Amino acid sequence: MPKKEERMIDKDGVRIDGRKFDELRPIKIEIGVLSNADGSAYIEQGKNKILAAVYGPHEVHPKHLALPDRSLLRCRYHMAPFSVDERKSPAPSRREVELSKVIREALEPSIFLEYYPRTSIDLFIEVLQAHGGTRCAGITVASLALADAGIPMRDLTVACAAGKVEGQLVLDLTDEEDKKGEADVPLAYMPNLGAITLFQMDGQLTLEEFEKVISLSLDGSKQLYQLQKESLKAKYVAVKEDVEE
Amino acid sequence: MSMIIRVKQKQIAQLMSKGKRLDGRELKEHREIKVEMGVIEKAEGSARVFLGKTEVLVGVKIEVGEPFPDTPNEGVLTVNVELVPLASPTFEPGPPDENAIELARVVDRGIRESKAIDLEKLCLEPGKKVLVVFIDVYVLNHDGNLIDASAIAALAALLNTKMFKYEVEQGEVKVKPGYTPLPMQNYPIAMTFAKINDKLIVDPWLEEEQVMDARLTITIDKDEKICAIQKGGTGYFTKEQILEIANIAKEKAPEIRKLVVKD
Repeated sequence: MPKKEERMIDKDGVRIDGRKFDELRPIKIEIGVLSNADGSAYIEQGKNKILAAVYGPHEVHPKHLALPDRSLLRCRYHMAPFSVDERKSPAPSRREVELSKVIREALEPSIFLEYYPRTSIDLFIEVLQAHGGTRCAGITVASLALADAGIPMRDLTVACAAGKVEGQLVLDLTDEEDKKGEADVPLAYMPNLGAITLFQMDGQLTLEEFEKVISLSLDGSKQLYQLQKESLKAKYVAVKEDVEE
Repeated sequence: MSMIIRVKQKQIAQLMSKGKRLDGRELKEHREIKVEMGVIEKAEGSARVFLGKTEVLVGVKIEVGEPFPDTPNEGVLTVNVELVPLASPTFEPGPPDENAIELARVVDRGIRESKAIDLEKLCLEPGKKVLVVFIDVYVLNHDGNLIDASAIAALAALLNTKMFKYEVEQGEVKVKPGYTPLPMQNYPIAMTFAKINDKLIVDPWLEEEQVMDARLTITIDKDEKICAIQKGGTGYFTKEQILEIANIAKEKAPEIRKLVVKD
Protein backbone atom coordinates (compact mmCIF):
# COMPACT_ATOMS: atom_id res chain seq x y z
CA MET A 1 0.00 0.00 0.00
CA PRO A 2 1.34 3.45 -0.82
CA LYS A 3 2.42 5.50 2.16
CA LYS A 4 -0.10 8.16 3.09
CA GLU A 5 1.26 11.57 2.09
CA GLU A 6 1.48 14.10 4.87
CA ARG A 7 -0.92 16.96 4.19
CA MET A 8 0.41 20.52 4.25
CA ILE A 9 -3.00 22.03 5.03
CA ASP A 10 -5.65 20.23 7.16
CA LYS A 11 -9.37 20.17 6.46
CA ASP A 12 -9.96 23.30 8.58
CA GLY A 13 -7.49 25.25 6.45
CA VAL A 14 -4.78 25.22 9.12
CA ARG A 15 -1.24 24.93 7.77
CA ILE A 16 1.36 22.50 9.03
CA ASP A 17 2.93 25.11 11.32
CA GLY A 18 -0.47 26.19 12.66
CA ARG A 19 -0.89 29.33 10.55
CA LYS A 20 -3.94 30.54 8.66
CA PHE A 21 -3.68 31.02 4.89
CA ASP A 22 -2.99 34.76 5.16
CA GLU A 23 -0.74 34.74 8.21
CA LEU A 24 2.95 35.63 8.28
CA ARG A 25 5.46 33.60 10.23
CA PRO A 26 6.55 35.06 13.62
CA ILE A 27 9.01 37.87 12.98
CA LYS A 28 11.80 39.33 15.06
CA ILE A 29 13.83 42.27 13.79
CA GLU A 30 16.88 44.00 15.28
CA ILE A 31 18.61 47.09 13.90
CA GLY A 32 22.29 47.98 14.23
CA VAL A 33 23.64 44.61 15.26
CA LEU A 34 27.16 44.87 13.81
CA SER A 35 29.56 47.57 14.99
CA ASN A 36 31.89 47.62 11.97
CA ALA A 37 29.22 48.10 9.32
CA ASP A 38 27.80 51.53 8.49
CA GLY A 39 24.38 49.97 8.81
CA SER A 40 23.13 46.52 9.76
CA ALA A 41 20.04 44.56 10.65
CA TYR A 42 18.98 41.06 11.60
CA ILE A 43 15.72 39.28 10.94
CA GLU A 44 14.16 36.04 12.07
CA GLN A 45 11.14 35.05 10.05
CA GLY A 46 10.03 31.63 11.24
CA LYS A 47 13.21 29.56 11.13
CA ASN A 48 14.93 31.96 8.70
CA LYS A 49 17.82 33.80 10.33
CA ILE A 50 19.38 36.47 8.14
CA LEU A 51 21.96 39.22 8.69
CA ALA A 52 22.41 42.22 6.43
CA ALA A 53 25.20 44.79 6.49
CA VAL A 54 25.84 47.94 4.48
CA TYR A 55 29.23 49.53 3.87
CA GLY A 56 29.25 52.93 2.23
CA PRO A 57 28.77 55.16 0.42
CA HIS A 58 32.56 54.88 0.15
CA GLU A 59 35.32 54.88 -2.44
CA VAL A 60 34.88 52.33 -5.21
CA HIS A 61 37.34 49.47 -5.58
CA PRO A 62 38.33 48.82 -8.33
CA LYS A 63 38.14 52.49 -9.32
CA HIS A 64 37.17 51.95 -12.95
CA LEU A 65 33.74 50.72 -11.86
CA ALA A 66 32.84 54.14 -10.45
CA LEU A 67 29.87 55.86 -12.09
CA PRO A 68 30.07 59.58 -12.89
CA ASP A 69 26.46 60.39 -12.00
CA ARG A 70 25.51 58.08 -9.13
CA SER A 71 26.64 55.59 -6.56
CA LEU A 72 27.31 52.00 -7.58
CA LEU A 73 25.11 49.58 -5.62
CA ARG A 74 26.61 46.16 -5.17
CA CYS A 75 24.87 43.28 -3.52
CA ARG A 76 25.91 39.85 -2.38
CA TYR A 77 23.32 37.33 -1.25
CA HIS A 78 25.08 34.39 0.30
CA MET A 79 24.06 31.31 2.24
CA ALA A 80 26.17 29.91 5.03
CA PRO A 81 27.28 26.28 4.46
CA PHE A 82 25.40 25.23 7.61
CA SER A 83 22.19 27.10 6.75
CA VAL A 84 20.50 24.14 5.07
CA ASP A 85 20.08 20.38 5.71
CA GLU A 86 22.84 19.26 3.36
CA ARG A 87 25.99 21.36 3.62
CA LYS A 88 26.05 24.00 0.92
CA SER A 89 29.37 24.73 -0.71
CA PRO A 90 30.45 28.24 0.29
CA ALA A 91 31.27 29.10 -3.34
CA PRO A 92 28.48 31.18 -4.88
CA SER A 93 25.96 28.98 -6.69
CA ARG A 94 24.11 30.00 -9.84
CA ARG A 95 21.04 30.57 -7.70
CA GLU A 96 22.95 32.95 -5.43
CA VAL A 97 24.33 34.86 -8.41
CA GLU A 98 20.81 35.32 -9.80
CA LEU A 99 19.38 36.29 -6.42
CA SER A 100 22.17 38.82 -5.80
CA LYS A 101 21.18 40.44 -9.10
CA VAL A 102 17.42 40.52 -8.53
CA ILE A 103 17.82 41.72 -4.93
CA ARG A 104 20.07 44.55 -6.11
CA GLU A 105 17.48 45.48 -8.72
CA ALA A 106 14.74 45.30 -6.06
CA LEU A 107 16.50 47.77 -3.77
CA GLU A 108 18.03 50.11 -6.34
CA PRO A 109 14.78 51.99 -7.13
CA SER A 110 14.40 52.91 -3.44
CA ILE A 111 17.79 54.60 -3.00
CA PHE A 112 18.76 58.13 -4.03
CA LEU A 113 21.95 56.84 -5.64
CA GLU A 114 22.39 60.14 -7.51
CA TYR A 115 23.30 61.83 -4.20
CA TYR A 116 26.63 60.00 -4.07
CA PRO A 117 28.34 60.00 -7.49
CA ARG A 118 31.65 58.11 -7.85
CA THR A 119 31.05 56.04 -4.70
CA SER A 120 29.82 52.55 -4.00
CA ILE A 121 27.32 51.16 -1.55
CA ASP A 122 28.09 47.55 -0.73
CA LEU A 123 25.35 45.41 0.65
CA PHE A 124 25.92 41.97 2.14
CA ILE A 125 23.16 39.53 2.97
CA GLU A 126 24.20 36.43 4.86
CA VAL A 127 21.61 33.70 5.30
CA LEU A 128 22.59 31.96 8.54
CA GLN A 129 19.63 29.61 8.49
CA ALA A 130 17.27 29.10 5.57
CA HIS A 131 13.71 27.86 5.71
CA GLY A 132 11.98 29.21 2.61
CA GLY A 133 11.52 32.79 1.52
CA THR A 134 15.08 33.91 2.19
CA ARG A 135 15.27 36.26 -0.82
CA CYS A 136 12.24 38.13 0.50
CA ALA A 137 13.36 38.22 4.12
CA GLY A 138 16.79 39.22 2.80
CA ILE A 139 15.32 42.25 1.02
CA THR A 140 13.21 43.24 4.06
CA VAL A 141 16.26 43.17 6.31
CA ALA A 142 18.61 44.72 3.76
CA SER A 143 16.34 47.75 3.37
CA LEU A 144 16.52 48.23 7.14
CA ALA A 145 20.32 47.98 7.06
CA LEU A 146 20.34 50.70 4.37
CA ALA A 147 18.11 52.87 6.58
CA ASP A 148 20.38 52.19 9.54
CA ALA A 149 23.34 53.36 7.45
CA GLY A 150 21.52 56.67 7.01
CA ILE A 151 21.23 56.31 3.25
CA PRO A 152 18.40 58.48 1.88
CA MET A 153 15.60 56.42 0.40
CA ARG A 154 12.26 57.00 -1.32
CA ASP A 155 10.66 54.33 0.85
CA LEU A 156 11.54 51.18 2.72
CA THR A 157 11.43 48.09 0.52
CA VAL A 158 9.62 45.12 1.91
CA ALA A 159 9.30 41.67 0.38
CA CYS A 160 7.01 38.74 0.86
CA ALA A 161 6.04 35.65 -1.10
CA ALA A 162 2.66 34.09 -1.65
CA GLY A 163 1.81 30.96 -3.54
CA LYS A 164 -0.38 27.95 -3.99
CA VAL A 165 -0.18 24.85 -1.81
CA GLU A 166 -2.56 21.89 -2.19
CA GLY A 167 -4.93 24.03 -4.23
CA GLN A 168 -5.07 26.86 -1.70
CA LEU A 169 -3.50 30.29 -2.00
CA VAL A 170 -1.27 30.99 1.00
CA LEU A 171 1.03 33.75 2.28
CA ASP A 172 4.70 33.48 3.26
CA LEU A 173 5.59 29.91 2.24
CA THR A 174 7.99 27.79 4.26
CA ASP A 175 10.58 25.60 2.58
CA GLU A 176 8.29 22.53 2.69
CA GLU A 177 5.33 24.46 1.34
CA ASP A 178 7.47 25.83 -1.49
CA LYS A 179 8.83 22.40 -2.41
CA LYS A 180 5.51 20.54 -2.26
CA GLY A 181 3.38 23.46 -3.43
CA GLU A 182 2.17 24.28 -6.91
CA ALA A 183 3.45 27.84 -7.20
CA ASP A 184 5.58 30.45 -5.46
CA VAL A 185 5.49 34.19 -6.20
CA PRO A 186 8.11 36.29 -4.38
CA LEU A 187 7.54 40.02 -4.60
CA ALA A 188 9.25 43.17 -3.28
CA TYR A 189 7.28 46.33 -2.78
CA MET A 190 7.61 49.99 -1.82
CA PRO A 191 4.20 50.53 -0.14
CA ASN A 192 4.15 54.34 -0.29
CA LEU A 193 4.83 54.34 -4.03
CA GLY A 194 2.83 51.26 -4.99
CA ALA A 195 5.95 50.06 -6.78
CA ILE A 196 6.73 46.38 -7.24
CA THR A 197 10.50 46.10 -7.59
CA LEU A 198 11.08 42.36 -7.47
CA PHE A 199 8.70 39.96 -9.09
CA GLN A 200 9.31 36.33 -9.88
CA MET A 201 7.25 33.22 -10.14
CA ASP A 202 7.61 29.53 -10.59
CA GLY A 203 4.89 26.92 -10.67
CA GLN A 204 1.55 27.04 -12.40
CA LEU A 205 -1.26 29.52 -11.82
CA THR A 206 -4.30 30.60 -13.79
CA LEU A 207 -4.75 34.32 -14.37
CA GLU A 208 -7.42 34.55 -11.65
CA GLU A 209 -5.22 32.78 -9.11
CA PHE A 210 -2.32 34.96 -10.17
CA GLU A 211 -4.24 38.14 -9.41
CA LYS A 212 -5.29 36.86 -5.99
CA VAL A 213 -1.74 35.77 -5.15
CA ILE A 214 -0.43 39.28 -5.88
CA SER A 215 -3.06 40.83 -3.61
CA LEU A 216 -2.23 38.32 -0.87
CA SER A 217 1.49 39.09 -0.95
CA LEU A 218 0.88 42.84 -1.13
CA ASP A 219 -1.26 42.56 2.03
CA GLY A 220 1.50 40.55 3.70
CA SER A 221 4.03 43.16 2.63
CA LYS A 222 2.01 45.92 4.24
CA GLN A 223 1.98 44.03 7.54
CA LEU A 224 5.74 43.55 7.32
CA TYR A 225 6.18 47.24 6.52
CA GLN A 226 4.63 48.16 9.89
CA LEU A 227 7.06 45.81 11.65
CA GLN A 228 9.95 47.37 9.72
CA LYS A 229 8.99 50.88 10.80
CA GLU A 230 8.41 49.84 14.42
CA SER A 231 11.83 48.21 14.61
CA LEU A 232 13.55 51.33 13.25
CA LYS A 233 11.66 53.53 15.70
CA ALA A 234 12.52 51.21 18.58
CA LYS A 235 16.23 51.62 17.90
CA TYR A 236 16.20 55.37 17.38
CA VAL A 237 13.96 56.07 20.36
CA ALA A 238 16.51 54.19 22.44
CA VAL A 239 19.35 56.22 20.89
CA LYS A 240 17.52 59.47 21.57
CA GLU A 241 16.95 58.55 25.22
CA ASP A 242 20.64 57.68 25.52
CA VAL A 243 21.67 61.05 24.17
CA GLU A 244 19.29 62.99 26.35
CA GLU A 245 20.46 61.34 29.57
CA MET B 1 23.03 56.76 -17.46
CA SER B 2 25.24 58.36 -20.08
CA MET B 3 24.24 61.52 -21.94
CA ILE B 4 23.71 59.64 -25.20
CA ILE B 5 21.40 57.13 -23.51
CA ARG B 6 19.44 59.96 -21.94
CA VAL B 7 18.91 61.65 -25.30
CA LYS B 8 17.92 58.33 -26.80
CA GLN B 9 15.48 57.66 -23.98
CA LYS B 10 13.78 60.99 -24.59
CA GLN B 11 13.46 60.25 -28.30
CA ILE B 12 12.10 56.75 -27.73
CA ALA B 13 9.68 57.94 -25.03
CA GLN B 14 8.38 60.72 -27.28
CA LEU B 15 7.75 58.26 -30.11
CA MET B 16 6.06 55.84 -27.71
CA SER B 17 3.67 58.51 -26.47
CA LYS B 18 2.45 58.66 -30.10
CA GLY B 19 2.18 54.87 -30.14
CA LYS B 20 5.27 54.47 -32.34
CA ARG B 21 8.69 52.88 -32.09
CA LEU B 22 12.11 53.58 -33.59
CA ASP B 23 11.93 50.55 -35.86
CA GLY B 24 8.38 51.28 -36.99
CA ARG B 25 6.66 48.62 -34.91
CA GLU B 26 3.45 48.96 -32.90
CA LEU B 27 3.90 49.00 -29.10
CA LYS B 28 2.62 45.44 -28.70
CA GLU B 29 4.16 43.99 -31.86
CA HIS B 30 7.01 41.46 -32.04
CA ARG B 31 9.83 41.60 -34.54
CA GLU B 32 9.74 38.96 -37.23
CA ILE B 33 10.44 35.51 -35.78
CA LYS B 34 12.13 32.83 -37.87
CA VAL B 35 12.69 29.31 -36.59
CA GLU B 36 15.02 26.78 -38.24
CA MET B 37 15.20 23.31 -36.79
CA GLY B 38 17.88 20.63 -37.04
CA VAL B 39 20.75 22.90 -37.99
CA ILE B 40 23.47 20.95 -36.14
CA GLU B 41 23.61 17.28 -37.11
CA LYS B 42 25.88 16.23 -34.25
CA ALA B 43 23.43 17.47 -31.64
CA GLU B 44 20.43 15.31 -30.70
CA GLY B 45 18.29 18.38 -31.23
CA SER B 46 18.96 21.92 -32.42
CA ALA B 47 17.30 25.09 -33.55
CA ARG B 48 18.28 28.54 -34.71
CA VAL B 49 15.93 31.40 -33.98
CA PHE B 50 15.97 34.90 -35.40
CA LEU B 51 14.05 37.57 -33.53
CA GLY B 52 14.63 40.51 -35.81
CA LYS B 53 18.42 40.75 -35.84
CA THR B 54 18.80 38.83 -32.60
CA GLU B 55 20.09 35.36 -33.37
CA VAL B 56 20.26 32.41 -31.00
CA LEU B 57 21.38 28.84 -31.60
CA VAL B 58 20.41 26.06 -29.20
CA GLY B 59 21.82 22.56 -29.14
CA VAL B 60 20.41 19.67 -27.10
CA LYS B 61 22.68 16.85 -26.01
CA ILE B 62 21.51 13.76 -24.15
CA GLU B 63 23.70 11.67 -21.87
CA VAL B 64 23.25 8.92 -19.34
CA GLY B 65 23.87 10.16 -15.82
CA GLU B 66 22.74 10.03 -12.22
CA PRO B 67 19.53 11.55 -10.87
CA PHE B 68 19.44 14.12 -8.08
CA PRO B 69 18.92 12.42 -4.69
CA ASP B 70 15.60 14.24 -4.09
CA THR B 71 14.15 13.16 -7.47
CA PRO B 72 15.41 9.58 -7.98
CA ASN B 73 12.72 8.79 -10.58
CA GLU B 74 13.30 11.76 -12.84
CA GLY B 75 15.69 12.65 -15.61
CA VAL B 76 17.84 15.74 -15.22
CA LEU B 77 17.39 19.01 -17.09
CA THR B 78 20.17 21.58 -17.28
CA VAL B 79 20.22 24.86 -19.16
CA ASN B 80 23.42 26.76 -19.83
CA VAL B 81 23.84 30.04 -21.69
CA GLU B 82 26.97 31.25 -23.42
CA LEU B 83 27.03 34.92 -24.31
CA VAL B 84 29.61 34.34 -27.02
CA PRO B 85 31.97 37.32 -27.55
CA LEU B 86 31.27 37.38 -31.29
CA ALA B 87 27.64 38.27 -30.56
CA SER B 88 28.13 41.76 -29.16
CA PRO B 89 30.87 44.30 -28.40
CA THR B 90 29.69 44.17 -24.77
CA PHE B 91 30.26 40.41 -24.32
CA GLU B 92 33.59 39.27 -22.93
CA PRO B 93 35.14 35.81 -22.83
CA GLY B 94 35.10 34.01 -19.51
CA PRO B 95 32.77 32.07 -17.24
CA PRO B 96 29.05 33.01 -17.40
CA ASP B 97 28.36 36.36 -15.72
CA GLU B 98 25.18 37.27 -13.84
CA ASN B 99 23.37 38.14 -17.08
CA ALA B 100 24.13 34.77 -18.64
CA ILE B 101 23.17 32.95 -15.43
CA GLU B 102 19.90 34.87 -15.11
CA LEU B 103 19.03 34.19 -18.76
CA ALA B 104 19.74 30.47 -18.33
CA ARG B 105 17.69 30.28 -15.17
CA VAL B 106 14.70 32.05 -16.73
CA VAL B 107 14.73 29.69 -19.74
CA ASP B 108 15.15 26.74 -17.36
CA ARG B 109 12.25 27.90 -15.16
CA GLY B 110 9.85 28.08 -18.11
CA ILE B 111 10.67 24.56 -19.29
CA ARG B 112 10.81 23.06 -15.80
CA GLU B 113 7.73 24.65 -14.25
CA SER B 114 5.51 23.99 -17.27
CA LYS B 115 6.71 20.35 -17.12
CA ALA B 116 7.47 20.65 -20.83
CA ILE B 117 9.49 17.42 -20.71
CA ASP B 118 8.01 14.43 -18.90
CA LEU B 119 11.15 13.87 -16.84
CA GLU B 120 9.80 10.67 -15.27
CA LYS B 121 9.98 9.01 -18.67
CA LEU B 122 13.73 9.74 -18.73
CA CYS B 123 14.37 7.47 -15.75
CA LEU B 124 16.24 4.30 -16.72
CA GLU B 125 16.91 2.80 -13.28
CA PRO B 126 15.40 4.63 -10.28
CA GLY B 127 18.02 6.31 -8.10
CA LYS B 128 20.85 5.11 -10.33
CA LYS B 129 20.59 5.90 -14.00
CA VAL B 130 18.60 8.56 -15.81
CA LEU B 131 18.92 10.57 -18.98
CA VAL B 132 20.39 14.04 -18.64
CA VAL B 133 19.13 16.69 -21.07
CA PHE B 134 21.67 19.44 -21.70
CA ILE B 135 20.23 22.56 -23.30
CA ASP B 136 23.05 24.83 -24.41
CA VAL B 137 22.02 28.28 -25.56
CA TYR B 138 24.51 30.00 -27.83
CA VAL B 139 23.79 33.66 -28.44
CA LEU B 140 25.18 34.56 -31.89
CA ASN B 141 23.95 38.11 -32.34
CA HIS B 142 22.61 40.35 -29.59
CA ASP B 143 20.02 42.86 -30.73
CA GLY B 144 17.85 42.74 -27.63
CA ASN B 145 15.36 40.42 -25.93
CA LEU B 146 17.64 37.42 -25.58
CA ILE B 147 15.18 35.81 -23.16
CA ASP B 148 12.36 35.32 -25.66
CA ALA B 149 14.69 34.28 -28.47
CA SER B 150 16.46 31.76 -26.22
CA ALA B 151 13.22 30.33 -24.84
CA ILE B 152 11.74 29.86 -28.31
CA ALA B 153 14.98 28.30 -29.58
CA ALA B 154 15.20 25.97 -26.58
CA LEU B 155 11.62 24.75 -27.07
CA ALA B 156 12.21 24.29 -30.81
CA ALA B 157 15.41 22.34 -30.19
CA LEU B 158 13.65 20.07 -27.66
CA LEU B 159 10.85 19.38 -30.15
CA ASN B 160 13.48 18.63 -32.77
CA THR B 161 15.38 16.18 -30.54
CA LYS B 162 15.89 12.61 -31.71
CA MET B 163 17.75 10.47 -29.24
CA PHE B 164 18.86 6.86 -29.01
CA LYS B 165 16.57 4.32 -27.42
CA TYR B 166 18.07 3.33 -24.10
CA GLU B 167 17.19 0.28 -22.02
CA VAL B 168 18.59 -1.21 -18.86
CA GLU B 169 19.44 -4.91 -18.93
CA GLN B 170 20.92 -6.46 -15.78
CA GLY B 171 22.06 -3.12 -14.47
CA GLU B 172 23.72 -2.07 -17.69
CA VAL B 173 22.51 0.62 -20.06
CA LYS B 174 22.09 -0.72 -23.59
CA VAL B 175 21.49 1.33 -26.71
CA LYS B 176 18.76 -0.13 -28.92
CA PRO B 177 18.51 0.48 -32.66
CA GLY B 178 16.45 3.41 -33.84
CA TYR B 179 15.63 6.85 -32.50
CA THR B 180 12.92 8.28 -30.30
CA PRO B 181 11.75 11.87 -29.65
CA LEU B 182 11.80 13.46 -26.21
CA PRO B 183 8.61 12.93 -24.17
CA MET B 184 7.27 16.48 -24.60
CA GLN B 185 3.98 17.37 -22.92
CA ASN B 186 3.88 21.17 -22.72
CA TYR B 187 4.99 24.13 -24.83
CA PRO B 188 5.91 27.19 -22.76
CA ILE B 189 6.29 30.55 -24.49
CA ALA B 190 8.20 33.38 -22.79
CA MET B 191 7.18 36.94 -23.54
CA THR B 192 9.19 39.95 -22.42
CA PHE B 193 7.82 43.45 -21.88
CA ALA B 194 9.81 46.60 -21.28
CA LYS B 195 8.67 49.66 -19.39
CA ILE B 196 9.88 53.02 -20.68
CA ASN B 197 8.50 56.19 -19.12
CA ASP B 198 5.56 54.28 -17.62
CA LYS B 199 4.52 52.81 -20.98
CA LEU B 200 4.75 49.14 -21.93
CA ILE B 201 6.16 47.59 -25.09
CA VAL B 202 6.58 44.00 -26.11
CA ASP B 203 9.83 42.44 -27.41
CA PRO B 204 12.27 45.32 -26.76
CA TRP B 205 15.20 45.47 -29.15
CA LEU B 206 18.67 46.61 -28.12
CA GLU B 207 18.11 50.39 -28.34
CA GLU B 208 14.96 50.03 -26.23
CA GLU B 209 16.64 47.70 -23.73
CA GLN B 210 19.40 50.24 -23.19
CA VAL B 211 16.91 52.90 -22.10
CA MET B 212 14.22 50.79 -20.40
CA ASP B 213 13.37 51.27 -16.74
CA ALA B 214 12.49 47.64 -16.17
CA ARG B 215 11.46 44.48 -17.94
CA LEU B 216 9.06 41.69 -17.09
CA THR B 217 9.07 38.23 -18.65
CA ILE B 218 5.98 36.04 -18.37
CA THR B 219 5.98 32.44 -19.54
CA ILE B 220 2.62 31.01 -20.60
CA ASP B 221 2.02 27.29 -21.06
CA LYS B 222 -0.29 25.56 -23.53
CA ASP B 223 -3.22 25.65 -21.07
CA GLU B 224 -2.90 29.44 -20.73
CA LYS B 225 -1.44 29.09 -17.25
CA ILE B 226 1.37 31.33 -16.10
CA CYS B 227 4.33 29.14 -15.24
CA ALA B 228 7.31 31.48 -14.79
CA ILE B 229 7.97 35.17 -14.27
CA GLN B 230 11.08 37.28 -13.96
CA LYS B 231 11.33 40.99 -13.41
CA GLY B 232 14.60 42.65 -14.32
CA GLY B 233 16.12 46.10 -14.40
CA THR B 234 16.22 48.83 -11.82
CA GLY B 235 12.73 50.24 -12.29
CA TYR B 236 9.43 48.97 -10.97
CA PHE B 237 5.95 47.84 -12.04
CA THR B 238 2.58 48.49 -10.48
CA LYS B 239 0.10 45.70 -9.84
CA GLU B 240 -2.10 47.02 -12.66
CA GLN B 241 0.80 46.97 -15.12
CA ILE B 242 1.66 43.38 -14.15
CA LEU B 243 -1.94 42.27 -14.72
CA GLU B 244 -2.05 44.08 -18.07
CA ILE B 245 1.14 42.31 -19.12
CA ALA B 246 -0.23 38.93 -18.03
CA ASN B 247 -3.36 39.45 -20.12
CA ILE B 248 -1.48 40.52 -23.24
CA ALA B 249 0.96 37.61 -22.87
CA LYS B 250 -1.90 35.15 -22.54
CA GLU B 251 -3.49 36.54 -25.68
CA LYS B 252 -0.33 36.62 -27.79
CA ALA B 253 1.40 33.40 -26.71
CA PRO B 254 -0.54 31.09 -29.10
CA GLU B 255 0.64 33.13 -32.14
CA ILE B 256 4.26 32.49 -31.25
CA ARG B 257 3.67 28.89 -30.21
CA LYS B 258 2.33 28.19 -33.72
CA LEU B 259 5.75 29.08 -35.17
CA VAL B 260 7.44 26.35 -33.14
CA VAL B 261 4.85 23.66 -32.52
CA LYS B 262 3.54 22.21 -35.75
CA ASP B 263 0.56 19.99 -34.99
